[in-house]
Amino acid sequence: MIRHSRTALKPPHHFRRLTGVALTVMGIAVASAAHAELRFEISGVGASQIPVAIAAFPGEEGAPQQITSIVKADLARSGVFKLIDNSDSLSDASAINYGDWKNRGANALAVGSVQRLADGRFDVRYRLFDTIKAAQLSALSFGSQPQLMRLTAHKIADDIYEKLTGIPGIFSTRIAYVTRSGKEYRLEVADADGEGVQVALRSNEPIISPSWSPDGGKVAYVSFEAKKPVIYIQNLVTRQRTLVANFKGSNSAPAWAPDGQRLAVALTRDGLTQVYVINADGSGLRRLTNTAGIDTEPRFSPDGNYVYFTSDRSGGPQIYKVSPNGGDAQRVTFGGSYNISPRISPDGKTLAFISRREGKFQLYALDLTNGQEQRLSDTVKDESPSFSPNGKYIMYATESGRRGSLAIVSTDGRIKQRLTTQVGDIREPTWGPFMK
Amino acid sequence: MRTFSSFAIVLSAAMLLAACSSTKLDDKNAPVESRAGTGATNGADPRAVNTVNAGSDPLNDPQGVLSKRSIYFDYDSYTVKDEFRPVVEAHAKYLNSHKDRKVIIQGNTDDRGGTEYNLALGQKRAEAVRKALVLLGVSDAQVEAVSFGKEKPKALGSDEAAWAENRRSDIAYQ
Repeated sequence: MIRHSRTALKPPHHFRRLTGVALTVMGIAVASAAHAELRFEISGVGASQIPVAIAAFPGEEGAPQQITSIVKADLARSGVFKLIDNSDSLSDASAINYGDWKNRGANALAVGSVQRLADGRFDVRYRLFDTIKAAQLSALSFGSQPQLMRLTAHKIADDIYEKLTGIPGIFSTRIAYVTRSGKEYRLEVADADGEGVQVALRSNEPIISPSWSPDGGKVAYVSFEAKKPVIYIQNLVTRQRTLVANFKGSNSAPAWAPDGQRLAVALTRDGLTQVYVINADGSGLRRLTNTAGIDTEPRFSPDGNYVYFTSDRSGGPQIYKVSPNGGDAQRVTFGGSYNISPRISPDGKTLAFISRREGKFQLYALDLTNGQEQRLSDTVKDESPSFSPNGKYIMYATESGRRGSLAIVSTDGRIKQRLTTQVGDIREPTWGPFMK
Repeated sequence: MRTFSSFAIVLSAAMLLAACSSTKLDDKNAPVESRAGTGATNGADPRAVNTVNAGSDPLNDPQGVLSKRSIYFDYDSYTVKDEFRPVVEAHAKYLNSHKDRKVIIQGNTDDRGGTEYNLALGQKRAEAVRKALVLLGVSDAQVEAVSFGKEKPKALGSDEAAWAENRRSDIAYQ
């Protein structure tokens, strides 16, 4: 059992004991670190753990980020690796003593090197070996800008994860979520490990339902800045905002079609909340559902063949699916009287949703192939599930100590992680796609 | 409203005076009236002069029914309760006589449940008030129903009092 808690970014305790004058001097540094601070805690491990050794990369101490410490943290957090302790430093050119590493319990070994180039970039090389088969599994090299060293480390971790499990890693993916601190709402983007926080949008009014575009370059969201819910798409790089839906009434719940050209949205322009499809530039509005009640929270299935949504047509909220071309909807959830927030796994086989049972709002997974249902959380105020792009994890919003926090659970329910901020609330997570 | 009621008091005092003046002083059977007493129970000074501000807006009268802008709902309910009918009717009457005025009905929910589903439930509360106004003759163009869901709670806290305070539609004049 691994119990891992990252506290590296926390201001050291002695900062808090400094006198007033010293605090004023330190104030800026501490304050600027405060909003960027997310803290990860892990509990539980995978069904089987692969023992892997990561040797120190010669030269990495001269780089702005220690590559192997990031790689090791990523692998430990995934829950599927057992890190074999070592104090070795091995470059990609070192001779490998397979038998020795095998005896030390490692099934795999990663080595590498970091070298500063004349143009200021870093040459990062890495190799992965199978110690049982005495064979090389992978070799990569990166010419990394100093500010992209974290990304390089995450890509190495992704490669190790994929070579050893057969599943693409998600360490280099990003997450977006909304924080609230005092009167300020922020849409933030961070690495999947909660580091490298960047603010995409700042507002004095609520921001909800961020949804990452399939190409990873844009986020659609609902902003209340016009004193009502309005849907925007924001290009994360250029900061350009496109008004997608500002019809009479409320405009909410944007969800991208897999082609990235259209969105399913929830609008009230014709009465109560109904599901519509609209082009990403705000043109071509088409109504998809037609009931006298509530139809909301649309989500495209990854193959684009269905739009899942929440509807109260049977009384309480249940999850249904309908063809994006319209037609009759089919009911999908039957257990419990309150099932909301449908999210389909990347392989289309699992439905994650929030169910209220005995007053608790909890994360559930429904196997769409056999109808088996599994509760995945122990918390009681869960919301907004979001699959990792490799389908192995679900991130969701919950509450801890009366404050909003994020949690991640593996889809088998075995590995649990908690992501908290030191100040304010954090909610409405959306996991970004794989990016080139 | 204040100017209207003051006017009514002045009017009734004047009528009272008119009635008194028709009583013959030499009629022994005539009831004896205490004018001072009548004036005291009415609380009206027959010589009072109250100002009317031409163009003053009853909407701004903090004592008037139009100052009530919130309609509260029961748990899991989306219909306007009878006790809030007079509030809705007063706003309908005002909007009907002020065709240039517009309102946004902002629906709210308590903090239990999902963000988007609560937004849809808040919309149901806003829509209930919007429909009531339209049934009372208010033009569609004058009223828009929107939802804040559970995003802008008036009362913080997780007890029945806070939840009840947040199960609400507000009428916001533009």
